[in-house]
Amino acid sequence: MSALTSLAQLRAAVDGIAQPLATVRHCHVAEAPLVLVPLKLAGEAAAPLAVLVGAARDDASLLVVPQPRNRDLRFQFAAEFAKLVLNHIETSRGGVEELPPGKDGDERIRYGDAPQLLVPNRGGVGFLRLLGRSTRFRSTEGPYAVDPAVPVLGRWLTWFADRYDHPGSSLLRAMTEVLRLHWATGQSSLEDGNLAALLGWIDPPDGLDGPAAAARAEDPVTCPPAGPATDPTFDNEVLAPAIAAYDRSGGDHRAEERLRGAIAGQLEPTWELMWRAVGLLRALPEGASVPGRWERDRDAFTYYHQTFGEAYPQARRDPPVRAARRLHDLERAQDAYDAQRAFDDPLVMAEYRLAGQAFGGVVTDCEPDRLDETGKRPKLRPHLRVGTADPVRLDVGTTVCNAARPALKGKIVELAAGSVLLELTGGMGRKLTAEPGSVPRPGERVCFTSLSEGSFGAAKFPDREDTPWTHGGPPEEYVPTDEDAEEEWS
Amino acid sequence: MTETAPDLDRLRGGAPPRNHDARTIAALTANPGCARRGVMDAAGVDKDAVARELGFPSPFGQSQFAITRGNAFEAQVKADGCAELLTLLRDGLGLAVPEVAYDDLEVVAGNEGRELRHARTRRLLARALESGEGTLFDHPLLRLEIAGQLAYLEPDVIAFQLAGRLHVIEIKSFAVVDGQAEPEQVAAAARQSAVYVLALRRLVSELGHDPARVSHEVFLVCPENFSNRPVAAPLDVRPQLAVLERQLARLTRIDRILDALPGDLTFGPGAALADAVRTVEARYAPECMAGCEMAFFCRDEARACGATGALGRSVRDDLGGVDTIGTALALADGSLDPSDDLAETAAQLRTAARLRDEALAAVRAETLAGAPTPEARGARDGAA
Amino acid sequence: MTERRPAAQVDDGADPSAAATRVVEDVLADLAGSHRGVVVDSPPGAGKSTLVVRAAAHLAAAGERLMIVAQTNEQVDDLIERIADKHPDVALGRLSASGYAPSERVLARPSVRVAQKADDLAERTVVIATAAKWATLAGGSWPWAIVDEAYQMRSDMLLRIAGRFERALFVGDPGQLDPFSTVEVERWTGLSWDPMRSAVSVLLAHNPELPVHRLPVSWRLPASAAPLVSEAFYPFTGFRAGTREGERRLEYGARGMGTTYDLALEEAAASGWALYELPARHTLRTDAEAVRATAALAVRLLQRGPVAHSEHGSAPVGADRVAIGAAHRDQVTAIRAALGPHGEGITVDTANRLQGREYDVTVVLHPLSGRRDATAFHLESGRLCVLTSRHRHACVVVARAGIPELLDAHPSTEPVHLGVPVKFPDGWEANQAVLARLAAHRVEAD
Repeated sequence: MSALTSLAQLRAAVDGIAQPLATVRHCHVAEAPLVLVPLKLAGEAAAPLAVLVGAARDDASLLVVPQPRNRDLRFQFAAEFAKLVLNHIETSRGGVEELPPGKDGDERIRYGDAPQLLVPNRGGVGFLRLLGRSTRFRSTEGPYAVDPAVPVLGRWLTWFADRYDHPGSSLLRAMTEVLRLHWATGQSSLEDGNLAALLGWIDPPDGLDGPAAAARAEDPVTCPPAGPATDPTFDNEVLAPAIAAYDRSGGDHRAEERLRGAIAGQLEPTWELMWRAVGLLRALPEGASVPGRWERDRDAFTYYHQTFGEAYPQARRDPPVRAARRLHDLERAQDAYDAQRAFDDPLVMAEYRLAGQAFGGVVTDCEPDRLDETGKRPKLRPHLRVGTADPVRLDVGTTVCNAARPALKGKIVELAAGSVLLELTGGMGRKLTAEPGSVPRPGERVCFTSLSEGSFGAAKFPDREDTPWTHGGPPEEYVPTDEDAEEEWS
Repeated sequence: MTETAPDLDRLRGGAPPRNHDARTIAALTANPGCARRGVMDAAGVDKDAVARELGFPSPFGQSQFAITRGNAFEAQVKADGCAELLTLLRDGLGLAVPEVAYDDLEVVAGNEGRELRHARTRRLLARALESGEGTLFDHPLLRLEIAGQLAYLEPDVIAFQLAGRLHVIEIKSFAVVDGQAEPEQVAAAARQSAVYVLALRRLVSELGHDPARVSHEVFLVCPENFSNRPVAAPLDVRPQLAVLERQLARLTRIDRILDALPGDLTFGPGAALADAVRTVEARYAPECMAGCEMAFFCRDEARACGATGALGRSVRDDLGGVDTIGTALALADGSLDPSDDLAETAAQLRTAARLRDEALAAVRAETLAGAPTPEARGARDGAA
Repeated sequence: MTERRPAAQVDDGADPSAAATRVVEDVLADLAGSHRGVVVDSPPGAGKSTLVVRAAAHLAAAGERLMIVAQTNEQVDDLIERIADKHPDVALGRLSASGYAPSERVLARPSVRVAQKADDLAERTVVIATAAKWATLAGGSWPWAIVDEAYQMRSDMLLRIAGRFERALFVGDPGQLDPFSTVEVERWTGLSWDPMRSAVSVLLAHNPELPVHRLPVSWRLPASAAPLVSEAFYPFTGFRAGTREGERRLEYGARGMGTTYDLALEEAAASGWALYELPARHTLRTDAEAVRATAALAVRLLQRGPVAHSEHGSAPVGADRVAIGAAHRDQVTAIRAALGPHGEGITVDTANRLQGREYDVTVVLHPLSGRRDATAFHLESGRLCVLTSRHRHACVVVARAGIPELLDAHPSTEPVHLGVPVKFPDGWEANQAVLARLAAHRVEAD
């Protein structure tokens, strides 16, 4: 949050319509994302009630557990759901790119595409995570055997939920969060958690303004919640009687249809919202580093897909080395993601300018051929004076780079009221005269920042079997047990 | 009774004070800066009824599935004299629970009068503290003084005596999955347990014992993973106890607020209710919606007067001293000359406005050809 | 701040020096014992660095090769300077990253050799580097390590370097700021090896039998500050001042002119504390008036020719002995800008960066000054602890009026995680304790 975002919120509140927080799209939107709108039974951790799922607006599949407390019906649901999700995963791979062999001569490939899962909100992500947790240890043999697809689903859902934590990843996204990355509304972040209200501000239905659309969205009768929690009134007045009727009928088809109809009525409005949101996102031009991040997603997908057969289900909790390594990976990704968004988008960079970590303005003076001859060999060190009205909060000596072309680097030499003098140090070619066009000329608009993309290096970690005594020594390798497979699911 | 009591009675418009329970007492700590809430809670006003009367009913409904699940879980844990619970305490937590006695204090010889039940709780706990006998005391009916009024706490817990110390056991139906539970739910449980710990401590000291004989460590019993099997987790509620004691002490200072209010103020139903409520200043923040029955009314009020707090605490704080959206925007576009104390905020807002406009203008210039921008609307059919 | 653990009685009456010496001797004795690790908690200014130097020399004298882990390059250089000066016969190695230019104070010491590869320092008795540098090593092993500022280090860093040593002495201040991260870390809460916990906390969770010592005397904090800091921030692990009331004095060479700045400085000199209170107002973080006052107080302090009298004798307080602390980086930048040429040489930094450092006089911009809504960041007790425990003589706090009301209105809705030890002290309580004390030393701005 910053004053810039706050200002956008104020304007949204007064204008009655959401205001842009980004000028480009900062996430990948797949050609055919798998949209999922899950519902769970109130009072339970992750007892599925229903899901509306599909990769196209006009191709929704509704899966329902007519009696959510019935274990067999739940696993039947899990198996059907697994088939849909796994089919989507297998059909979203695209072609195979051959990559140059790795250091030790390993063959390396990358799938041309990867599956993208979209859920309405964070709660949806949490539900998929728990559904993954509750299914990945299931055994396909023995007394508690489940359909072979169920544990596979569990592992994939767990993997998607893990990728969700990865800053900048687009494999699993919560729609409210993606929208909030691009628009500010005139309501609080808490209220933005309601997809219908949020979209009401961004793209109100005809005849309504943002506040009116959001107010309408808060009525659960007009706009059922986007899940996974259901509306308590719906539970008490519609769902409970319908489930009771289904029970009384002994599984009668018509009773089940009535139940499905009631649940579909709760899910379909959100389904429409999801696709409307997808359309809004598609209409934004893609940020320059989005394909690069999606490529990392494809790498991760390729690796997991390729090694799926050799791996165990993910452990319940991260052992020490994995936890540390993962935290490092996430922090590194966050760092890069923050920088990339700023470089991709002047509106995001404006946040850094306001905070004094970047400054923009017009070149007023330029000495493109200046040499530093104090050392053994002369070095090309052009001087550049940038006139700026920004509140610069960088110290003399700070290394900065050009936002439009980060390879162009420099050092702050002098800070004066309304201007900054830079000594350029790199990104102008290897000669003693700068490559044509590499040094900005007087009159040119420029923006320099202390942000940099690769400031966070890769780190070494011990192998699992070398977990040190300070952390309890090497943990036992996780092997799923019968107990895991039999875990109650009531 | 404190001297403010008559005023508080009038505030309720003659209605009896609403009975507090651990949840409502715990909620006192949620937004202590709100005078409106402070006054209404101190007076025991039925905020839910007031909100309904005002046309802003609070949406705190509960699904019958959740209720059923909660009841079934609790019944299961307590079945057969808390057999499952004892196994859990012994095997799960490794506690040396020697002999077991189970006393249910819910019903006294068919009589459910609160005074009677409280008296029985006192009697049994007094004996237990003296003799060290007795292990599990279910549904102890406790009392706590709230702004000078004695409130009976709806008993929802078990008092558990171990090695001369009493522990509160709270049974909740949210799941603990691989050792983790929803932090908000655990926090709510901790706040409620702290209310019981405090009430138990008050009782123990009334009985002439050291209040420290009631432990700050409570046991939370929840379903494990996705099953109905209970799991127990110890919970240190010292931070919540500190907050609670602080806020209860603060409530008794409510007369300072009352002094500034008109003498005939009442929250009884009627056409004047909205104005009466507005007389007492609220400190609305979006977080109120999670716990206060008045939240929707206050939000409406905050929005109507363009309060920056309606957009969130962080927005309000970001804007320094500017309270209203209109002022902030007027400062940002330069149409309002700031007073000295707002000069800095104004300068920052103007810079923010310039930077935003600059960035958006640059993009607009680039996309004159018609490529869509984030402002482009009506892209509803963009999805194939 | 940190969790745990059993309270130890500060035994008053006994000679502080003797009490401290006894603890140091116990620590050295434990190094000869069989434990793989020894932990020493050191409250502000309790002689942590002295202990590290002493333990290093002790181990070196016993013929052990030793690695020392510090958290920043500055801390590494500080230790090198101290060890080289005190024990010039110990062969020191300074392992550094490729971009690091050795500082003058390191180059000036003949017993130190600087290298980028550990192999080049193989024969050095003591090798010192930052944790980040140690973490780049893939191999090599030292029989002993001393980990300095171990509470500032995240446990994931300890995991990366623990393979380099057999046994270790961990030294640090448990009252400082918690490690933090820019990403979501809830995934690991409740785990004994949660990478977000401090190195010491994880170490002790897995090795509960390790001896934990506590340095009982703050040699830095004056008698006016030690009891407050101890009560507010170390409620279960108290300590006391090494000097008595009146043993330290701060005097000014130049007379004051009766301005509120002068009054505040005089109050600080007389009592060790001053609260310079500006009128209540909600402001931006970079509240210009507060920034101006903070800078002006520091400049005025220098102008008045302060002289510090202490157990070490008398010395003028120069700019290098004065620090200004604030919560946010933008505040620091603004204060630096406001200082101007008269304030040259004064250290201005955030609480994070002031950890472990010591000055004669500090001026602190209170983290809650001008705030309308306090966040957990503002209330974190470690932040206030660092800011109010850097001084040997006096601390001047600049704040807007209204902080008690802000604390009163603070909602208590922090999430609670199972299996995570409760943190003490509570930020709210610590803030109240400090404010209550400061109220007695208030000077209102005009």
